[in-house]
Amino acid sequence: MRDIHALLKQRHRLGPLEPRKGGLAFVTVPRENLRGLLLELRDTHGFTHLVLLTAVDWMEDGLFQLTYMLNNRGRDLTLGIRVMIDREEAQGDTIHDMWPTAATYQRELKEMFGIDFPGSPRLDEEFILEGWTDLPPYRRDFDSLAYSQQTYAERPGRVTHDPREYMKSKLYPDGV
Amino acid sequence: MTFEWIQVPYALATLFIILNYGLLMTAVVRKLAARVGGRPGIPVWQNYIDLVKNFALRSKINHGVMYYLGPVFRLSGGIGLILFVPTIYGSSWAQNFSFAGDLVLALYFIFFGTLGMALGAGESGHPHSAIGVSRGLAQVTTAELPMALAVYSLAIQYQTLSITEIVAAQQGGLFNWTLFTNPLAVVAAMFAFVGTMMRSPFDVVLAPQEIPIGPPTEYHSAYLALMQTNRAIFPIAKTIIYMNLFFGGAANWAEFAIKVFLLYMIPAVIGVVHPRFRVEQSIRFFLKWGLPVGILAILTV
Amino acid sequence: MKDVDDKFLKNLDRTVPLREELRPRKVTTPDGQEIEIEPLKDYFCEAAPKVHAKSYFPIVEDFYNWARANSLWILGFGTGCGAIEMRPLMTPRFDAYRYGIQWRPTPRQSNLLMISGYLSVKTLKRAIRAYEQMQGPKYVVGLGSCTINGGMYWDSYNTIKRLDQYLPVDLYIAGCMPRPEALLAGFMELKKLIKAGKCEGANKYAENFATYKANQKSVIKDWDMPDYNW
Repeated sequence: MRDIHALLKQRHRLGPLEPRKGGLAFVTVPRENLRGLLLELRDTHGFTHLVLLTAVDWMEDGLFQLTYMLNNRGRDLTLGIRVMIDREEAQGDTIHDMWPTAATYQRELKEMFGIDFPGSPRLDEEFILEGWTDLPPYRRDFDSLAYSQQTYAERPGRVTHDPREYMKSKLYPDGV
Repeated sequence: MTFEWIQVPYALATLFIILNYGLLMTAVVRKLAARVGGRPGIPVWQNYIDLVKNFALRSKINHGVMYYLGPVFRLSGGIGLILFVPTIYGSSWAQNFSFAGDLVLALYFIFFGTLGMALGAGESGHPHSAIGVSRGLAQVTTAELPMALAVYSLAIQYQTLSITEIVAAQQGGLFNWTLFTNPLAVVAAMFAFVGTMMRSPFDVVLAPQEIPIGPPTEYHSAYLALMQTNRAIFPIAKTIIYMNLFFGGAANWAEFAIKVFLLYMIPAVIGVVHPRFRVEQSIRFFLKWGLPVGILAILTV
Repeated sequence: MKDVDDKFLKNLDRTVPLREELRPRKVTTPDGQEIEIEPLKDYFCEAAPKVHAKSYFPIVEDFYNWARANSLWILGFGTGCGAIEMRPLMTPRFDAYRYGIQWRPTPRQSNLLMISGYLSVKTLKRAIRAYEQMQGPKYVVGLGSCTINGGMYWDSYNTIKRLDQYLPVDLYIAGCMPRPEALLAGFMELKKLIKAGKCEGANKYAENFATYKANQKSVIKDWDMPDYNW
């Protein structure tokens, strides 16, 4: 992994390598360099499998983080490539021409986070939700609890405990 | 053969006996399949309860005249088959309305219900019904081919088209049965028998796990009850024909019950241990194995 | 932990447009005729469900109810994880068939709709369609805590919390998930209810049709089917 990182670091302006457990590492890359990096990883370094494409909402920083997980089966390496994009005008670059499966991930991201991927096929079709009228539900400013309370009828009598206090009272009823 | 009014209640009595026999028989076969799978299976009277329940449903939907007539045709196919075939040889009251050319009529009635079903299911407007019916017709047509050939072979052999006379010719000992006088025809007919009893491996048309349940997808409440009635009567009626043509007929109800039971068990036992054929596979099977045997049977008579 | 949250307000302004193929339109036929098509009205019947009277003689009705109880045909429609718990009922260990319980592949022939677990809005739409296509008298059994009060999906943005708001439920089987034994016990309980003539869900649905429809439409935003589709 380190050899690949050292090789590509200059050319693709990679951030520092963050190794996790064996064979798994993350690296951050600017958005402009993403496509070239993915192409080179796929074609030259054997990262042929797109494991997943997902997003993280860094609401406080005004950023979305796209994570592209690539796997090199021959060497059993997994590389997570992070791209930070602007949260207000969330737009990523489609990679469906490199991995056709990416089109499905991009549809999901469009629906759940509202991240646009211009050019991705069937992007505007409904993916899981039908007739969704609110904020994309995986954005952190979408309050799932409040939405469900305002939408779905509840059966009275449900009690909610604070887990910490509740466990304390159950485990140490004498207050020790 | 002259017609007398007393034949009508006699024929209805036969029908009643066969209906009950068929309902119990279907349940026994399902129980058999369950036991093979290690389950206790349904109670033997379950079919009666299902029938009552389906008749007792409060709402039903009609899709048109042919939709209504579909189950009626199907049931009349089964009942007609019984009414025009002598059930018990030599019995004065279970002769039904058999006449000189009843073999041809019986062949027609075997197919009649399927055709009626095709019309009815077609009008129900459900795509699964249409697909199911076309698959069913294709399969039943090829499955009936060896049967038709075997029947021609028999007609040549006995020089008659009357089932009563064919049964009469087989009396007087085990070795007078067609089974021993014309074994090739029997083998060909048994292909058709297994193929048209709608049991595995040839039940892809009606199997609930396939294109959901095929032709009867849209049928419910009383319509479905009619078809269930037919599902009980029709296999028994068909077995009676086979018994009459190939296995010496029956001289009394006990012999009838035993022979029909044994014959009915052939497709049931085959079905329990065999996985399902796809339609094109079963068509190929009948054309490859059933048809040549049928032709051979005609050639060797 | 706060239970009621009113800072976030859901968006009530946006509506979902009807799908294009379902909109009324004018079509020119091959022979030059111009016809108007309104798919939602042309292809479906508009009649609302009717209340069906019981049989005139109580003894006949009791007999029918006995038959209905002993011939429960379940629609094989698994909505959530509970569908897994129904499968063992067909196997040698539990074998529900001996109680007259069978699985049918089409809603037309079934009498019992099992809502097996959580019901997302998308599945609710299909469940309603399936329920309305079933022939009365028909029964609904809610499986698991998800159908009772939302269960572990109590704060989910896309699953309903009370099934009886949307369909007339005859029986709930509690648990998360209820095991097959619990299901069998539930079936026996349902049989008792049916025999006692207490399962009139189809009539209840017909009587309170407007309420049920209003509830259903309040959560299903893209209502692209007729109001009652049988």
